[in-house]
Amino acid sequence: MPEHSVRPMGEIRPMIEIRNVTRSYGAFKALDEANLSINEGEFFSLLGPSGCGKTTLLRMIAGFDNPTTGSIAVDDQPMAGIPANRRPTNMVFQSYAIFPHLNVEQNVGYGLKRLKLEAGEERRRVEEALAQVSLTGLGKRGATELSGGQRQRVALARALVMRPKVLLLDEPLSALDKKLREQMQVELRRLQQAVGITFVLVTHDQYEALAMSDRIAVMFGGRIAQVASPKEIYQRPVNRQVADFLGGMNFVRGEIIEENGASLTLDTLGFGRVSTEKPTAFVRNGGAATLGIRPERLRVLWDDETSQFQVTGTVVERHYFGEITHLVVEIPGLEKPLSVTETNDFGADDIPVGSAVRLAYDPEALVAMAD
Amino acid sequence: MTAAAEGSAPLAASRPGRKPLLQSESAQGLALITPTFLYALVLLVLPILVVIAHSFWTQHYLTIDRTFTLENYRIALTEPIYRDLLWRSLYISLVTSVATVVLAYPNAYYISFHGGHRKGLWLFLITIPFWTSYLLRVMSWKVILGYNGVLNSGLMGLGIIDEPITALLYNSNSVIITLVHAWAAFAILPIFVSLEKVDRTLIEAAKDLGDGPLRSFLRVTLPLSAPGVISALLIVMIPTVGDYVTPKLVGGKDGVMIANAIQAQFGKASNWPLGAALSVTTMIVVTAMAGAAVLIIRRAARLAR
Repeated sequence: MPEHSVRPMGEIRPMIEIRNVTRSYGAFKALDEANLSINEGEFFSLLGPSGCGKTTLLRMIAGFDNPTTGSIAVDDQPMAGIPANRRPTNMVFQSYAIFPHLNVEQNVGYGLKRLKLEAGEERRRVEEALAQVSLTGLGKRGATELSGGQRQRVALARALVMRPKVLLLDEPLSALDKKLREQMQVELRRLQQAVGITFVLVTHDQYEALAMSDRIAVMFGGRIAQVASPKEIYQRPVNRQVADFLGGMNFVRGEIIEENGASLTLDTLGFGRVSTEKPTAFVRNGGAATLGIRPERLRVLWDDETSQFQVTGTVVERHYFGEITHLVVEIPGLEKPLSVTETNDFGADDIPVGSAVRLAYDPEALVAMAD
Repeated sequence: MTAAAEGSAPLAASRPGRKPLLQSESAQGLALITPTFLYALVLLVLPILVVIAHSFWTQHYLTIDRTFTLENYRIALTEPIYRDLLWRSLYISLVTSVATVVLAYPNAYYISFHGGHRKGLWLFLITIPFWTSYLLRVMSWKVILGYNGVLNSGLMGLGIIDEPITALLYNSNSVIITLVHAWAAFAILPIFVSLEKVDRTLIEAAKDLGDGPLRSFLRVTLPLSAPGVISALLIVMIPTVGDYVTPKLVGGKDGVMIANAIQAQFGKASNWPLGAALSVTTMIVVTAMAGAAVLIIRRAARLAR
């Protein structure tokens, strides 16, 4: 995963301010007291399962829905009472919403018509937007003659041509096949860095969010669980739900032995005594806590290799995935077997089921989290 | 696909050259439309052929002279009375269909966009007038528009007019008013259907790109519902040209239409060939008008972009 460099923008300035926003439908709260600040020029993702309120939040920023309570400001302008057509935001819809009665050029130029630009200027901007999404030359193509990927690009160009302060993307890649989706992730990220517009992406695909975003807000059941960089979210999830949603995670229960300042010492059955950094929002809940370690942070030790930190167990399942092998290893004393992901360069795909293995781990990779 | 081809190969081999007739898709399609097709052939195409044949013949009292002649068409096209009647019929049907569509559109729009869970109920309510006979509905317009009718007595009661307006009944206007009401549901339904098919996200997209409610309606909703508007226009326009009952009942002397003249030729005047020539002329003119209407609307929709 590429590390995104810090933007050379100098000062960080908030572009979208979401303050105590709640959206209720009768007794049901689609969004519950959401607080969020999205910075200028940032690629920000709202990540969560369906029904977590991420699309509701996006639609409220766009102006298609209004908060029941709370406020939204874009570029220091309060958005209350401002309809969608007068907001400095543009949206790429999940279904792309390409106007079927217009061709590519007319679709992209749709929003410019109203601005009464000079004919040449309008043309130039449409051409520029088409070039940005690599659709040069397809301007006369009818909307119904486009492939899924092309429709997506037209939707993107149509929004970008308006030069919005914020571009909102509602699951824009979910309708594409895997290969095209991965290609578009890279392109979207590159495009965002080229134009420098604030992007807010709604997605339920954790890899998409991790690969593209500067920061991610993970949402569950109408609440924002964690807001952090992809690396932070993946490596130091605040709770089990976030950890689980972001990929595989082995959970280990531990007795809290000592809690002081920023560190936490626990006794676990499988991993023995572990000292770990205390999560910022850690709330002690009785004498036990949950530790998590990602499957790829466990490494199989070969023949004469040893490690200061290792556990021994028996392989009970092996699943082959091409470049990696997934092992399920039972450790005496642990309630649940550990999942281990190994690359296949050293022959992990040949480890027989039933054999004993030693697993090395980095104690730094064992992170404490709320339940 | 390969698997399917392989699977069907042995089947085809076991019964060479005997593709079951009723299993082919086109045969099934034909079987479905055959009854309707025969019905239409016997009761629509054959009578039209008979009419076309008659239009080239001559009638001498009770006998038909079957020598080919264009005399009937000469009369139909040059006699001022028939030309006027045809023009009036076209005018009435054009005004009626445009007025019906203009009045039906807001109804259809309301049901489609604001009908919520009650769309079915609204559509049901629209069909209620059809529970009564068409004749009764036309007669009730006579009651409303008549010299001592509801409208006149109402207006007089309110002191807006001093004496009854005679222009309300027995002219082209009364025919148009009655027809617009009679055909409303036939215009509302196709427009409603095409509005239902408009993807609401497209309207959101238009708003997102800066369009207010009126602009997004004109640039997205209206062009996308054009098919419904065109069919509504044709559904009303084509039958009203040849309407016979309405002008007979509320048209009076000034509301007579071409169908009344045709009826007279087949009836009292006993000149079937002339009636047939008038019928054929009307059919051709209606076809031309309908085609022109479709072309004009398509062109307008293209310009609106």
